[in-house]
Amino acid sequence: MTIADQVTGSTIAGTTGAKPAGPRPRTAAPAISLPAIGERELRLDLFRGLALWLIFIDHLPTSLLTWFTIRNYGFSDATEIFIFISGYTAAFVYGRAMLESGVVIATARILRRVWQIYVAHVFLFTIFLAEISYVATSFENPLYTEEMGIMDFLKQPDVTIVQALLLRFRPVNMDVLPLYIVLMLALPLILWSMKWKPDVTLGLSVVLYAVTWEYDLYFSAYPNGFWAFNPLAWQLLFVFGAWCALGGARRMSRILASRVTMWISIAYLVAAFYVTLTWYVPQLSHFMPKRLEQWMYPIDKTDLDVLRFTHFLALAALTVRFLPREWPGLKSPWLRPLILCGQHSLEIFCLGVFLAFAGHFILAEVSGGAVMHAVISLSGILIMWGVAWVISWYKRVADKSGAKTKIAVGNADMAGGG
Amino acid sequence: MKAKVLLSLVLLCGNLAAPPARAGDAAPAASAVPAACELPAYLLTSESQLPKVADAIKAGKPLEILVIGSGSTRIPASEDSSYPARMQAVLKDKLPPAEVVHVSVEIQSKKTAEEATGSFVKLMEAKTPTLVIWQTGTVDAIRAIDPDDFRGAVTEGVAALQKAGADVVLMNLQYSPRTETMISVPPYLDNMRVVAQEHDIPLFDRFAIMRQWNDQGQFDLFSPSRGPELAKQVHDCLGRALAQFVIDAAHLEPAQQQN
Repeated sequence: MTIADQVTGSTIAGTTGAKPAGPRPRTAAPAISLPAIGERELRLDLFRGLALWLIFIDHLPTSLLTWFTIRNYGFSDATEIFIFISGYTAAFVYGRAMLESGVVIATARILRRVWQIYVAHVFLFTIFLAEISYVATSFENPLYTEEMGIMDFLKQPDVTIVQALLLRFRPVNMDVLPLYIVLMLALPLILWSMKWKPDVTLGLSVVLYAVTWEYDLYFSAYPNGFWAFNPLAWQLLFVFGAWCALGGARRMSRILASRVTMWISIAYLVAAFYVTLTWYVPQLSHFMPKRLEQWMYPIDKTDLDVLRFTHFLALAALTVRFLPREWPGLKSPWLRPLILCGQHSLEIFCLGVFLAFAGHFILAEVSGGAVMHAVISLSGILIMWGVAWVISWYKRVADKSGAKTKIAVGNADMAGGG
Repeated sequence: MKAKVLLSLVLLCGNLAAPPARAGDAAPAASAVPAACELPAYLLTSESQLPKVADAIKAGKPLEILVIGSGSTRIPASEDSSYPARMQAVLKDKLPPAEVVHVSVEIQSKKTAEEATGSFVKLMEAKTPTLVIWQTGTVDAIRAIDPDDFRGAVTEGVAALQKAGADVVLMNLQYSPRTETMISVPPYLDNMRVVAQEHDIPLFDRFAIMRQWNDQGQFDLFSPSRGPELAKQVHDCLGRALAQFVIDAAHLEPAQQQN
């Protein structure tokens, strides 16, 4: 959501006031400029935390709470926020590592992070396997004989598990981590190219996106089909995040500050909201021109539809405009839970997916009432907060006792995600 | 997707929009709708029409309906209670006594939309139905077929059915909360809606209807029960809803209905 944290402050550290494109010496870094390290950009944590909560709620069966998630009010949803911020923070942390320690070291650190995400994915898959095996053995409602065909893969666990390890077999709701793994694997190349020429890199990313659409490129999956989030398309958001982190945001600050941008964004968001409304209130679709509908649908999530991407841009532009980085509310205890969750995104993401599985399970086994649903959603969020707090506490304690040389290198957490 | 807030809004709109004359059809004495089957009006209406069905009934010709379905079209070991059979019974009840209604069922077990369309030409030659209700999507969702390919296959299938001279109703997937974490349904629902819109044919939203029943507590679709009772009741309600949907989309005037 934070397209330009430099709109109001010239660096991440927020050293000076609102002077876009201030006369900072840019001789140190070749083509890109990295903000000085300092206090964290809390808006990134805040919105990533929010995305994690929304992803958790969206993974539960629908309930009243689902209506608070942004996918009901426009084209884009929490995934866009998540991938963009992940690109932003990853470029921020590892871009610095690349400038300071060289390409090899930075690549090694990125690969270590990829390994962590991979292990997390395999862990979630194990839990999924347990859940699906349980349903397969205990649920025999004749109404759903056909749907139980999904269990067929249990007949060949050898193939299925190997395919899962190869990231080709991915159950529902487990698509984000594989996407993130692929994007992180490409990160050394992206950063290396950004170091050379950021704008060309972004341009190449757009070209890859366009080629993906034109020639219908995709990653195949097992037993058939394709990846639910096509990395070849979603890389655009990730690279765009990286580009913003490495100085792009500052260069865009004039565009972002203009009133024209603001009104275009507002108009687009309102239009998108109206379109979304027609999905839920079919009576309204009388007022939708048929031709527009035919041009617009389907709004493709797999390949990151342009409508989704632009919707995210509009949201981000408004957020940056109306939520300055010095906003005192960011320090308020009320937003603390969100920020804490956003700061430990990989752990909290995995926890969220697990809690969604567990929530489904309780709803199915105990009771499915609205009250139970609300209790599950709220306790899930409380658990996410609690765990994030424990992790923070542990890190603080560990850092105190650990070597003090580790500071300021930027820890992997900041680039975390999933 | 129907949270209560929105739902009440929808209901309100529905009530405001429905012409008062309609109130008459809603309370038939002969085939009173069981409380468990109740649905908001918008789930049972369509903007698209079924002109051939309307003509056949006006002309007093027999109404031949073909249901092309898959595993979820029937209930194992109780065929008479499956929704096509229930729809036939309700249609016979609602249409004039002289009207001959015959529903036949073609099960394309474990076949994707693309695999099913292969047999359409022969099927249509053999049955020459006035109306085809094509229920599809489940097998495609289970096998995670590319949604674009799925849309292409459904488009092709609908075109073939229309070319053979029948009205077409599309029916989407079941709402299956137990397998929600395992089968990704939304892309298939969306694409079927798109095809229905493009061809201006009615879409019977089985998914939304069943979810409505589950959310409102009319049926507990999480139930692990092995007995056929729940399945029978759900199919009974689906059959009634489908019959109502067809009558509505064919714009049959009250004179052409029994009550």
